[in-house]
Amino acid sequence: MAEEKRIILEYADQINPENAGEYIKVGGYKGLEKARAMSRKDVIEEVKKSGLRGRGGAGFPAGLKWSFVPEAPVKYVVCNLDEGEPGTYKDRIICQKNAQAVLEGMAICGTAIDSTKGYIYCRGEYPYVVDLLNKAIDSAKEAGVLGDFDIEVRMGAGAYVCGEETALIESIEGNRGEPRFKPPFPGVEGLWGVPTIVNNVETFAALPYILSNGGEWFAGIGAPKYPGTKILTLTGDVNNATYFEVPTDYNLRDVIYTLGGGIKNGKKFKAVQVGGTSGAFIPEQNLNTPIDFDSMSAIGAALGSGAVLVLDETRDIVDVVTRIAKFFEHESCGKCNPCREGTFRAFELMEIINDGLGNAGDLDTLKILGRVMKNASFCGLGQAAPIPIQSTLQHFEHEYKRKFL
Amino acid sequence: MSNYKDIIASVKDTRGGIIEAFHALQKEYNYIPAEAFREAARVFKLSEAEAYGVGTFYSYLSFEKRGKYIIRMCESAPCHVAGADEVLKALENHLGIAVGETTPDGKFTLELTECIGQCQVTPVITVNSDPIGNIDPQRIAEVLAPFK
Ligand SMILES: Cc1cc2nc3c(=O)[nH]c(=O)nc-3n(C[C@H](O)[C@H](O)[C@H](O)COP(=O)(O)O)c2cc1C
Ligand code: SF4
Ligand code: FES
Repeated sequence: MAEEKRIILEYADQINPENAGEYIKVGGYKGLEKARAMSRKDVIEEVKKSGLRGRGGAGFPAGLKWSFVPEAPVKYVVCNLDEGEPGTYKDRIICQKNAQAVLEGMAICGTAIDSTKGYIYCRGEYPYVVDLLNKAIDSAKEAGVLGDFDIEVRMGAGAYVCGEETALIESIEGNRGEPRFKPPFPGVEGLWGVPTIVNNVETFAALPYILSNGGEWFAGIGAPKYPGTKILTLTGDVNNATYFEVPTDYNLRDVIYTLGGGIKNGKKFKAVQVGGTSGAFIPEQNLNTPIDFDSMSAIGAALGSGAVLVLDETRDIVDVVTRIAKFFEHESCGKCNPCREGTFRAFELMEIINDGLGNAGDLDTLKILGRVMKNASFCGLGQAAPIPIQSTLQHFEHEYKRKFL
Repeated sequence: MSNYKDIIASVKDTRGGIIEAFHALQKEYNYIPAEAFREAARVFKLSEAEAYGVGTFYSYLSFEKRGKYIIRMCESAPCHVAGADEVLKALENHLGIAVGETTPDGKFTLELTECIGQCQVTPVITVNSDPIGNIDPQRIAEVLAPFK
């Protein structure tokens, strides 16, 4: 195998993503047309049959999420383009290569849950993507393909936590982006208190192809329990630091050595962090693992956003993890104590260790702190913040201890 | 500074649109001036305390005057391993200011940022949101030359 499989990115750089007409020429908006001719229940059934699971990190089945939406006079479709996970830029690439597929996917969701209004929440770091999307929406409206489905783009402003769906909703409402208590889930009570489906850009972008080719076709690609393709972004010490779309049963070792072209400058591999900055660091012995959601979970890692950060043998893991600890200290929204205080203390301890002033007791403290944060934090940010520390303490403890000398 | 009222008025019908108003103001002034901030709070029917609470939550928004060009250095892990520290030092040396400061001529402000999603060309800086990748510390002067 070891080859790319392009579905969402098949026509990358061959069509203008702003232009609905060019997208229609390569089969675009056929899925939406089909969905509109089906009953709402059948659309949801088709998406369920495809096995499509959320590409934003949590891996929740899309069709199932939609099926929980109750009847209500107003409902919303929200596209999560916050993409704050460091090392990740796949949602930007999807928009820059195939924005119309995202719009079509949102409209398909609108058809399935009976909503006529969509929002795209785009991170503030991508003002040029906001411009692109607005032009793409205008073009789709002009072509008449969106029907009565309206899409509005909103901009975030540099808060990682706003990628969390309820914080994102708070932000669209014009508030501080602090997560809400769940349940009720947004599907039942979301934006301005009404049923709201929040899905990731990549999840929406897969839908046109599922509707036009059928759920069964999609279910047959990649890993059976997490079918389809996944777009990965490679960073760090690999020769080809770029993006790839692969079937979900693609092997992690092949990601690094085939797609990535191996480690830069002929050096040896040390570790890879998959899923962005909140992901686990994976050692050499676990590289023969498919990248799908469940296989990654089985080795104590997470596919997450699909970011892949490769470190060569010369890299100082403790230094990198210290930098990551600073990220969480900075991005904690401060709503709950275990995370606000925990990320602060974790960063403080990591700095002490990284500066060569730590001792074995600090490692024990870090382990306990990590357990508390994982179990007691209010949202996924605080729960995931200890993972880089815990996973490196598990696989690379000697690197911490070396700093004590 | 007279058109801030028009800027705010242009988004006043956007539900929950105060963040959009802040964005629009910042696009014009590079920060959110106090007078414009008060007007935005009034238009969106929030107390100033509430509006300030919203605005200061977001690291992209600034309530302090900044330079004409805001340079942000990405310090997230992929840029960090690609040498962000050296780039930051070179920027500080070249501009003669530390992170968070503005040059005396009001031209450049230097800030840090987390990943800006251009990780295919680490290390990355942005100048007023436009990304510039593969930054070599030796060539900072060249990179900044167009911004005069
Ligand atoms: C701290 C935090 C940050 C998140 N950031 C993002 C993000 O940038 N993009 C995204 O799609 N989902 C993000 N998520 C996951 C969302 O909460 C949500 O699960 C997702 O948007 C649902 O879409 P999906 O089912 O299509 O994946 C984040 C979650 C947490 C806890
Ligand atoms: S876990 Fe962190 S980010 Fe999440 S609510 Fe608590 S303080 Fe905020
Ligand atoms: S890590 Fe610096 S741009 Fe993504």
